Formats: sequence, structure tokens, C-alpha cells
Amino acid sequence: MPFGNTHNNFKLNFKVEDEFPDLSKHNNHMAKVLTKEIYGKLRDKQTPSGYTLDDVIQTGVDNPGHPFIMTVGCVAGDEESYEVFKDLLDPIISDRHGGYKPTDKHATDLNFENLKGGDDLDPNYVLSSRVRTGRSIKGYTLPPHNSRGERRAIEKLSVEALTSLDGEFKGRYYPLKSMTDAEQDQLINDHFLFDKPVSPLLTCAGMARDWPDGRGIWHNDAKSFLVWVNEEDHLRVIAMEQGGNMREVFRRFCVGLKRIEEIFKKHNHGFMWNEHLGYVLTCPSNLGTGLRGGVHVKLPKLSTHAKFDEILGRLRLQKRGTGGVDTASVGGVFDISNADRLGSSEVAQVQLVVDGVKLMVEMEKKLEKGEAVDSMIPAQK
Amino acid sequence: MASNFYRILSSKRNVGILSLVGAGSITGAVLLRREHVTASAHVRRTYPASAEYPDLRQHNNCMASHLTPAIYAKLCDKSTPNGYTLDQAIQTGVDNPGHPFIKTVGMVAGDEETYEVFADLLDPIIRERHNGYDCRTMTHPTDLDSSKLHSGRFDERYVLSSRVRTGRSIRGLSLPPACTRAERREVERVTVDALAGLSGDLAGKYYSLTQMTDAEQQQLIDDHFLFDKPVSPLLTCAGMARDWPDARGIWHNNEKTFLVWINEEDHTRVISMEKGGNMKRVFDRFCRGLKEVERMIQEKGWEFMWNEKLGYILTCPSNLGTGLRAGVHVNLPRLSKDPRFSKILDNLRLQKRGTGGVDTAAVGSTFDISNLDRLGQSEVQLVQTVVDGVNYLIECEKKLEKGQDIKVPAPPKGN
Repeated sequence: MPFGNTHNNFKLNFKVEDEFPDLSKHNNHMAKVLTKEIYGKLRDKQTPSGYTLDDVIQTGVDNPGHPFIMTVGCVAGDEESYEVFKDLLDPIISDRHGGYKPTDKHATDLNFENLKGGDDLDPNYVLSSRVRTGRSIKGYTLPPHNSRGERRAIEKLSVEALTSLDGEFKGRYYPLKSMTDAEQDQLINDHFLFDKPVSPLLTCAGMARDWPDGRGIWHNDAKSFLVWVNEEDHLRVIAMEQGGNMREVFRRFCVGLKRIEEIFKKHNHGFMWNEHLGYVLTCPSNLGTGLRGGVHVKLPKLSTHAKFDEILGRLRLQKRGTGGVDTASVGGVFDISNADRLGSSEVAQVQLVVDGVKLMVEMEKKLEKGEAVDSMIPAQK
Repeated sequence: MASNFYRILSSKRNVGILSLVGAGSITGAVLLRREHVTASAHVRRTYPASAEYPDLRQHNNCMASHLTPAIYAKLCDKSTPNGYTLDQAIQTGVDNPGHPFIKTVGMVAGDEETYEVFADLLDPIIRERHNGYDCRTMTHPTDLDSSKLHSGRFDERYVLSSRVRTGRSIRGLSLPPACTRAERREVERVTVDALAGLSGDLAGKYYSLTQMTDAEQQQLIDDHFLFDKPVSPLLTCAGMARDWPDARGIWHNNEKTFLVWINEEDHTRVISMEKGGNMKRVFDRFCRGLKEVERMIQEKGWEFMWNEKLGYILTCPSNLGTGLRAGVHVNLPRLSKDPRFSKILDNLRLQKRGTGGVDTAAVGSTFDISNLDRLGQSEVQLVQTVVDGVNYLIECEKKLEKGQDIKVPAPPKGN
């Protein structure tokens, strides 16, 4: 229930032209797609939980974006948003996910055995490996829209599910609002703690409401499997470790996710998923697998090569700084991960990371020896 | 150019406003009476009130002090006729726990009816914030007759500038936390229309935030007139920065002594100011300008939100009544270091701020000194309080210069 938009019926007294947002300075997917016609067609609609078009687009109206970086500019408030507002969201999904059509089907593959290799990335270059995704719990509305009661129910159900895990997944939950100082320091040192969102992309969508109520972090005793509860999505699931054994990280990721999903299903609250959009998450950019598999890798020479960005593009990879999205790289160390989310499976996306990083490390080694790497530049994947 | 904008609120449940504005027609606007407002229908509720009640244990604001689980349960499924809910009104207070030393209000109004529908919560908050003012039994005096002000010229060796500000809301349109883009644009249109009718020393020009040129922007910054997108979470968590900068702007007269902000924290903020100590002239212009603007909007069938219990209705409950802050920038190098300074200010019903406004620090020994109170006394009374109080402070400063001692004034009767 974000601000000012729940009284949708009252708003219909005003004409479309009077309510249509001024998007003349905007550069985001929503602004490129939303016309007065689409606005007029969708503005009197609501999802069953009462989420409206203006709710969907508020973050994109408030954040005009940057000429070089194209954000999505809209969010879903619940599973049904993707259906009720498909006239707006389908073209946005197509733009963001490489032409994905409303009739396309998304393949889910969480069988880690289907991954080839991935256990031999050179740890002299690959400092750490990580796979994350998000999951939404069916029957609840999403972070932009949910009420305190819902958020608390999501937390309660998630904690129940997670604390029943055993073996390598045995662990503990730390609610944000009752964390001790010692626990907080430890979580910061482990790079686990997430903070109240400050990005206006998130705050304008209402995702920081009531902070820190209902939010927390769960991790296993080995500190290799971590779940964020009620940040940008219901659950963010992360498997990580130092070094280059992406294969092991992916195994743990898949096994852990399946165990968690079983428990939620037993409680009649499986994950939001459908065969068109895959896993349904708050941001349309995370649909499909919601998966970002990546490494922190030292590429001081390759990263300054004229064709670095082109190589990444061909490998279907993206670079980020070591602080994550919208940060700069430090000391030639980059966060390299898959660029795609929707239209290919988890195994396929992690395979691209594994193969692509392996190739780039080889290229880095060649450059160290003063050799050229032009012959190694790959074809478009 | 008349827009086809019109609003009809259902009269079925005796809501009491019928506001019809067409091409130049006159409204039949009916003053809202408290007992006629009925909460509107269904608010989405999947969980009982106890599951939704916010965790306010770390909080220090007026809303947290007064929102009991019982009051929450009683009000949580109500909404104003426009659909504004309790959860929306309190969101800013839930998201901003506050500071042990500074007690903020912790809730806002989304429309005029908020003060009615959620009276069970707002009345005690108003009582706490406004010195025991009981809006169920008391009435608020409005007096904009500036001729009644006396001794309104300060010693300019001490007073550097004088300023009076207030806010006004346009009846029939939702307030900044809840307004739709169309409503916000209508506030802009109505106000700019009215301001265009001002003449003489009040004649001026409007600068829309969306269309300002770089040169205009720089000039407004240099004049200290430009307001920026709110960054304070107190405001952003209440939804007041939505759609920025759509329908926001600044109007000022050619002499740069009368200024109106449109669609910032309130529909309008009206400011009269000038360098030096002539508070009388500042207040004269303030009252004259306000009355002119009111006359202009009434000609078109609009009016300001006002009632005899709460005075002028504004977004933040702290600004009810007069919404008035009259103040000076005054140099008090000796007095400000005297340990009795705060007590003197308290007893004079004044507050100090830094020269950047609320929540800023003083620069050197120059302070912004203004009235503490807003509701329960009239504009004339409050500005007189500032005049008398600042004159007293200057007398103290002069005494200290001569090595004489000063006296802490008695608090006002009834405090």
C-alpha cells in the first residue's frame, strides 16, 4: 500500500491527460513504453489486492534515470500485477529481456549436475564465487505493496522453514530489529548484513516502509548459504564462498533452494512461478531465474583492453564493481556475472559464467606474458 | 482556457462539499461541518488489527505516544471520502522513529477530512503539540488585521532581516501526501491564476520548476528563494516528493519581498520578507497579499481550507491554526552565550533556529528567532509576541554590552 495511489476510483474523476505523468525527461523502460492510450486503458484496473497502475509506475515517474543507464522504472505489487497490467509490462519485459515474447516459455533447470566443469577456476584470479536469486511466496503481496501484517507473516513462515533445515544447511535467523551490536558487527564483517535501502529506485516504490519490521538475515553455521528476508523481494537466497569453485557453490545453491521450496510447499505456500515468466519477483528485471551468478575476478590487464566490453557482451556477461550494482571496481577486481535472467535456465546462465570467466582468465594470463588475445575473442553466444 | 476540471463528491452521506467549477461558473461551496463527514467504505484488510499494529517501541514522536492498539483497531479500516487511510497518515511516523531530544509529530493529513475521520488520534496529538489546545471545545481566532501590530520596528544594529510565513490549502483538493497528479496540477493552476491578478508592489512572476531556465534557476538560488526536492525522510516517507518536479514552482513579486511556494510540503507556502527590522511593513504586506490572493481564488469559486476549531488546515498538524512563523535573523553575541538564554526564549514563547532554518546551526551569533506557537492565538497575537520578545532580547543584549545584568521574564500566564 504505497502512498496516494490507493484511492484509485476517486482518481478516475480526472481526465487521462490531467493524470498522465510528465515523462519528457525520463530514460527508463516504463517511460519508453507507457503511452496515454495504455495509461487510459489500464488506469481503472486493480489487482485483487488493490494494486494499481500508478502504484506500478511511481518509482519510474520519480526516478527519471540516467542517459547511459536504463532502469526498468516499474515494479510489481503482487503476482497478478504481471497479468492485470500486461499491456504495459509485456513490452517492458520484451525490451529488457532481449525480445522475450508474451507467448515464450521459460525453462527452469536447477539440476546442478547438468553444469559442466566449474570447479577449476584459477583461485589466483578468481577470489570468490557467488550465486543469488530471489523467491516470492505465493499468496502474499510483494514488498512494494504488502502490509505490516503480511510482511510479518512472510517472516514467520520463512523462519519456520529455514530453521527446520539441517546438515550443511543448519543455521540461524537474525531479525534486524532485535540484533545485538555484537551480532551486527559480525554480520557486517562477514559481508552479510543488508541495510535499509537508500536507493530512491526502491524507496519510491515503497519497499522501505516500516523498516526494520519483519526483516532479517538467516545463514547456515558454515556461513556459505544465506537468506535475506523482506528486503527487495520476499526472499533473496545466496550461496557463496572464497575461491573459484563455482560448481560447489551452484550445488549448494540448488540443493538448498529445493529443500526450502519443499518446506514452503508443505505449508501450502509454494513459490510464485509460471511457465511463461519463470520465478515471479518484484522487479521485472529479475523474472525468469532471478539468478545472478558471479565471481570477483582479477582482470587488471583485460579490463583495460579496448575490446573488454565487447568481449563481455559476446559472452553474455556483465561487469560491476566489487560493491555490487552501481559501484566501481577496485584494483582491477571486477564482479563478473550473467547478464540474462529470462529465457534461459539456471544451469545455462551459470554455464555462461563458468565458461566465460575461464576464457577471460586465460586471456588475462596471455596479456601478462605480453601476447595478443585477439584470436581468443569469442563469437556471440 | 477554463479547464473542464470538476469534482463532485457524493452527497449521499452528507459529506457537505459540492464544488463545481466549469467555464467561469461560480461554485456553491458549502463549509464542511465536522459531524457530516463519514468515513468511506472498504479498506483492504487481510489481517486483524493486532497483526498490523506497528512496532513503536523505539519511537519518540507524537503519533507513537498516542496511537494505542485500541485506537489503531478502531481506525484502521476507515478512510476519508477520497480513500486516504490511517496507515498512510502514520507511515512517516512509523518510518522515522525520531530522536530522544526532538519530538516530531509523526503523522500527516492527506486531505481536509483526515482531521475528522481520524480525530481519535489527531485530537490528542494536537493537544500535546499545541499546548493543551482542545479542538473539541475551543475555537481558534483568526486575525489578519496588521494595523493592530505595535512597536514593529526593530533596532537594525541587531536585526538583520524580518520574515513572516504561513501556508494555505485549497479546499476540495487533496494535500501533498495524497494528491494525484491532476489535483496537484490543479492547485498550481488555481494559485498561479490568482497570483497573476496581483498588482502594484505585489505584481510578480511564476517560475515553474519543470520549465525554469538555467539563468532563472541561478537567480532564484542567489536570492535564496529556490526550494529543492525534499530529502528529509520525514517528508519523503509521507509521499510528498512524488512525481517531482511536476506542478511545483515558485512565484515572487518583482520587488522580491513576497514569495509563494507551490506544492512543496503544503499546497502553498506564503512568505513576506525583507532585509532589516521593519516587521510592521513585512506583516502589512503579508496580510494584504494573503487577503488579495484569497479574494482572487474566491472570485473563481475556490476557498482556503479553514474551520473555526482548527483554523487553517495544513499538511502537518504542527502547522494548524495560523500556520504562521514570524521571525528575524538577529545578532545576539552576548545574550546567546548567557546560560539563561534558552529559558528566556521559552518564557517569551520563542524558539531559536540556525540561519538555514529548521534543524540547522547558528552561524556566529546570528540566530533565527521566531514564535513557538501556531494554534490557539491569532496571527496578530503571535506576531506581537515575536515583536515584544525580540525587543526584549535586544534590550538584554544592550544591557549586557553595558555590563548590566538581565532578568529572565516571567512565563506567560497559564503556562
